[in-house]
Amino acid sequence: MIVAATLLACGLFAEDPAIEDAGVATSARAVTAETLPKVVKIFGAGGLRGLPAYGTGFLISPRGHVATAWNHVLDADPNILVVLDDGRRLTCKLLAADPSRGLAVLEPERDDLDLPHFDPATFAPAEAGARVLAFSNSYKVAGGDEPVAVQRAVISAVAELDARRGRNAAGIAGPVLILDAPTNNPGSAGGPIVDRRGSLVGIIGRELKNDATNVFVNYALPAEKIGETLTAMMEDDFVATSSASIALSGGPQPADLGALLVPDVVRRTPAYVELVQPDSPAAAAGLRAGDLIVLIDGELVPSIRLLRSRLAAVEPGEPVDLVVRRDGELVPLTVAVPEVEDLRDPPAELPRDRR
Amino acid sequence: MNVRASLAVAILACGASANLRAADVPLEVAPSVLEAQAARAAVIERIAPTVVAIFGPDGGGGGSGVLISADGYAVTNFHVTDGCGDAMKCGLNDGKVYDAVIVGTDPVGDVALIKLLGRDDFPVAEFGDSDAVRPGDWCLAMGNPFLLAKSDFAPTVTYGLVSGTHRYQEPAGTFLEYTDCLQIDASVNPGNSGGPLFAADGADAGKLIGINGRISIKRGRVNSGAAYAISSNQVKYFLGHLRSGRALDHGTLNATVRTNFDGDVLFDRILDGSAAQIRGVKEGDELVAFAGRPIRSVNQFKNVLGVYPAGWPLPLTVRRGTETIDLIVRTRGLNRRTDLLKTVAPKPGPPPNDVVKPLLEKRPGYVNAHFNEVERDRVLASLGSALPAAGWRIAGADADGVEAEFTLSDRGVGLKLGANRFLQSLEDDAEVLNEPPGSGGLLFALRQWQLLRSGRTTDFADLHYVGTEPLDWDGPTVDVLEAENRGVVTHFYIEVGQDGTGMLRGFDSWQENRGAATEVRFDGDRLDGSLPVPSQMRVAAGGAPYRTFKFTTATVASGESE
Repeated sequence: MIVAATLLACGLFAEDPAIEDAGVATSARAVTAETLPKVVKIFGAGGLRGLPAYGTGFLISPRGHVATAWNHVLDADPNILVVLDDGRRLTCKLLAADPSRGLAVLEPERDDLDLPHFDPATFAPAEAGARVLAFSNSYKVAGGDEPVAVQRAVISAVAELDARRGRNAAGIAGPVLILDAPTNNPGSAGGPIVDRRGSLVGIIGRELKNDATNVFVNYALPAEKIGETLTAMMEDDFVATSSASIALSGGPQPADLGALLVPDVVRRTPAYVELVQPDSPAAAAGLRAGDLIVLIDGELVPSIRLLRSRLAAVEPGEPVDLVVRRDGELVPLTVAVPEVEDLRDPPAELPRDRR
Repeated sequence: MNVRASLAVAILACGASANLRAADVPLEVAPSVLEAQAARAAVIERIAPTVVAIFGPDGGGGGSGVLISADGYAVTNFHVTDGCGDAMKCGLNDGKVYDAVIVGTDPVGDVALIKLLGRDDFPVAEFGDSDAVRPGDWCLAMGNPFLLAKSDFAPTVTYGLVSGTHRYQEPAGTFLEYTDCLQIDASVNPGNSGGPLFAADGADAGKLIGINGRISIKRGRVNSGAAYAISSNQVKYFLGHLRSGRALDHGTLNATVRTNFDGDVLFDRILDGSAAQIRGVKEGDELVAFAGRPIRSVNQFKNVLGVYPAGWPLPLTVRRGTETIDLIVRTRGLNRRTDLLKTVAPKPGPPPNDVVKPLLEKRPGYVNAHFNEVERDRVLASLGSALPAAGWRIAGADADGVEAEFTLSDRGVGLKLGANRFLQSLEDDAEVLNEPPGSGGLLFALRQWQLLRSGRTTDFADLHYVGTEPLDWDGPTVDVLEAENRGVVTHFYIEVGQDGTGMLRGFDSWQENRGAATEVRFDGDRLDGSLPVPSQMRVAAGGAPYRTFKFTTATVASGESE
């Protein structure tokens, strides 16, 4: 009986009488066939320290704008490779990024396409108990021109994500969709979650662990609330990609910790510390002038730009783990980030000593 | 069993939250839901008896399998049998334990064939068409995860979606390579290996679409919702070969392909002497189609290569400029034979018991030579009584009306073709010399045919069963016998009917390079009289037509000629 009941729970995607009347194709096979052409694979930066150099996204305009999770894969900008479900390849640039929500929009070089897509105006709400399908390039299984993978899941809760380190759902505030299937794997971030009608209800988030239980959390960002943001990012030049304004869009900055970095002069200036303010959180943690910050919360920071972005996504009031290189050795440090009311507003740098 | 409680769990997961507002509201389930549940339970009940729980001879280790014939043949993973040894214990959901013996292995494709003993009416799973499976189809994985079914051998059922099709999984370890496999999100765990994947819905519900064998895991060996099943079609293509009691190999064209940015797949490097090169493929040619599938990526090319046994005839379409060229290539073995044969060594463990012993013959080059003899003798017997062993004289004309007369005797094989005379001596020190130009060594090849058909198989240095293949790709399925004689290898193609009667449809014969083989195909009715050979013989060499002969008389000569 248990076996049969479990099958019942999972197997009736097509058989809910409530949606039969609409005449919409609702079998898992039909929804999958309709959705796959809207899903893309993303290949970019990574490959270091086990960080995958691939991800997932989905089309949000006929021209080929891609919505995806904002993460290190996009550091390959402006040479991000997007592979459509039929194997066609597009070279894309990072058009806009919203670190606070963990979202990014890519734009292809060519502008002559007319592609199937999810219309951001039609993103649908989702509630606990809904059966959904998750699409992603997890494990880079779809290595050639083949389509990404589909998994079935049930939204088991719509809740605040209790993941420590302040990287709450990759920076998103508010509730997320908790899924009952292992959807969040290497390369899954940015994949769409659709309901039984094929409407977009969520975006798979980055891999996160629940620090209380030390297990991976399978979750998605609710799509309903981000349609407008994506549209704005697509149309209004929401945030310039290469400017520091991403980093300054909220959250702590090096100055809030009491650290001044060397001048950010090239695209990938290494994150060397020039000066540490006495009696600051950075000083208390043991950070010293001349240190090279290489990891923040376990993730590689190859540049000052990226360090700022990552730091900006850290929740104020929580500790942040750094690894610095000092005299050829890696030194781990934990810095206490000030509470939000103690952050510099507007964000500012420490004064540079003039001599 | 608390039926009500488990139902409530199910409905919660379905999202029918309206029904759960108050605990005392009676549960209402739509009739269509109950029907679907009943249908699914019926399918599971029907197929569960075909699922095998496999253990080592002492009851340890183990995995899963599925029965595919009433006389006990079952498919599993190579990595399961490799761990169990040549003799196994197998449990079915009737609660009984059966002895089983290894038959053949495919170490590259991770497939093995075993035979359960003691019954001739085993329940059998029916093959489906794995190429018809689409992402989003529901599927049932069955087997023995974590060896849970140790008491009654009732298989565990897990359920899920087909997440992807035609997946290519990079080689792992020495041989293992999953090509063209199905990706599923049904739970697959250690012990599921070798177990069946069934279609769950529609007309094909309960049909075998794959063999579960591999999962993706992440840090800490977490099952992460991605499992891989070898496609049932690949298993079908290898099945005849697996019955041969050998360790099989997958094929290579000895050529590499690459994709350019436009997505065209081009031949990159082609080794001299490779099948592709001999049949005329050139570097830079665009690969358009392979084995009937359009090729648009390197992975698709690897997928095609991976699902067929080495040596199968596969059609290849290439484009060179504006010209489109169709040809048939035969792949070569991917691995060195000596490497593959390391896998067939007897495993340490208890000696086989008296049930298994008569069915297990360890001989160099074989996983289990017993089954090769069984298949070889079956095919030889299908050909019926031997033709006379004395000299043969077969006369007729080619398609242009040029008179032709073949003479086959113990001393030599001759051909009178119009005004030309050719004679291939069969003396001990004779070399292959006087063969008709462009025939690829036809006369010596015909001698191999005569030896086979006149029952003198002991004259071959070796004669063994290879497996099955589609004759020239689009022809009937034929059993293949391989004969070796004076460094010449001959493959005989025999079509065996349902009634066990066989007909020799042709043979290929080659000395060094199979790409340049003489290819003989028989058509038409057999001639009347003491030597009932086919009335038509098509001959090609290296893929290029040589001549087609129509015969009018065939006689057994009393003396030697010429």
